[in-house]
Amino acid sequence: MTHIQININSKIYPAVQKAGQHLAIADLKLTLHSNEFICLVGPSGCGKTTLLNIIADLDPDYEGEIIVGRQHAHPKIGYIFQNPRLLPWRTVRENIELVLESKQRADIIDPLLETMQLTQSQHVYPERLSVGMSRRVSIIRAFAVDPEVLLMDEPFVSLDAPTARQVRELLLKLWQQRPHTVLFVTHDLREAIALADRIVFLSAAPMHVISEITVPIPRNDRDNEAALESFRQQLLQNYPDIKKLL
Amino acid sequence: MAFYLNSNILPAPARVASVFWQSCLSGQLPYHLGVTLLRLVISFSIAMLLGCGLGIVLGRNKKLDAFFDNWLVIFLNVPALVTIILCYVWFGLVESAAIMAVVINKLPNVIVTIREGTRTLDQDLLDMARCYHLSKRKTLVHVIWPQLHPFVMAATRSGLALIWKIILVVELLGRSNGMGYQLHLFFQLFDVAGIMAYTIAFVAVIQLIELAILKPLDRQSRRWRR
Repeated sequence: MTHIQININSKIYPAVQKAGQHLAIADLKLTLHSNEFICLVGPSGCGKTTLLNIIADLDPDYEGEIIVGRQHAHPKIGYIFQNPRLLPWRTVRENIELVLESKQRADIIDPLLETMQLTQSQHVYPERLSVGMSRRVSIIRAFAVDPEVLLMDEPFVSLDAPTARQVRELLLKLWQQRPHTVLFVTHDLREAIALADRIVFLSAAPMHVISEITVPIPRNDRDNEAALESFRQQLLQNYPDIKKLL
Repeated sequence: MAFYLNSNILPAPARVASVFWQSCLSGQLPYHLGVTLLRLVISFSIAMLLGCGLGIVLGRNKKLDAFFDNWLVIFLNVPALVTIILCYVWFGLVESAAIMAVVINKLPNVIVTIREGTRTLDQDLLDMARCYHLSKRKTLVHVIWPQLHPFVMAATRSGLALIWKIILVVELLGRSNGMGYQLHLFFQLFDVAGIMAYTIAFVAVIQLIELAILKPLDRQSRRWRR
């Protein structure tokens, strides 16, 4: 099983016109253990998306290193963006097929569609999907490539509470069926507690890790609202600084 | 009015129809129309292929775009007649010179349209393609091309209209067949009925291209829209 080590010494956005240069990340060190579900919690604009883009190799302009196992390399990733980024001219199934090689497409896609309850909608174009369904498609696309790391950038942020809860439960079901290392960005501490094995609290820019907390609630007790809320209260009491990050 | 006047300058519709029919029967009209259509297909295909390729490259590469921008503006504004005459003078009154003249006139137009389209490509979708390691071919065919489709259709429609006009001038100046050559002949003979008969054939072909090729392409590309 592969561990992934992320060491980012600095990430600087160069000056643009009147805006001076911006140090977004400084001395950030993060270890991802295999099949671990990690939630990143930090204030808005602190650089969480920048971090995900660096890991996804969408932003090569940084100082530092990413080590997968023993090799300096970017891990194979599945990215679930804030906006699902589906190709509107391809059906649900075609969107998923696009990221796969031609062989074994059906073997991979059919069970994923079934778990995410989208078998009936597989030939529908994204414009006809609800927001929640679009998110589920983007989750399937990310799992389909069997990534070393799944990056999720506040994927439920614009969903209403019941839909967010439904998609979250489906995501957890899928993740438990097919465990993967997950980096999940969120503002919502409740969501982080419900999902994470470990919560990493990040500072405002320049972003670095403030504290890492393991969530001790057993997986089969994660739908127990009272348990989640009690742990949240306990966290806020023990780490008063966290309040500023939310 | 044409019906009542029925003069050589403004012939009655029946006379135009008769000339049209006679020209079709004699094989003259189909032959000259066919020759012009062949030139249109060849020059249009070359201009579109080259124009789309160069347009995408310039739209994606700021340095190349900055270098070629002025040249594009110059070629966009050079009168068609100048390029046609220069092609004939430099390369002779041959088929390839005629095709080249048409392509040179159409090419900047396609490049500019596709370049503008490429500039508006959705960076989010390109990032998605990149982080899922889609091949260059897959990205071009499935991510970039569908976004460029409206621009390609605009270049196609405006291009066809432009090429028709230029081809006739090219044929008039330096070829011994084609619609342009025939129209020139009719002009010298003051045969307005002939000019109109050929114009009818011309309009019919344009309508056919629109209905049989462009409209179905439009429908196909919009099938995903609500």
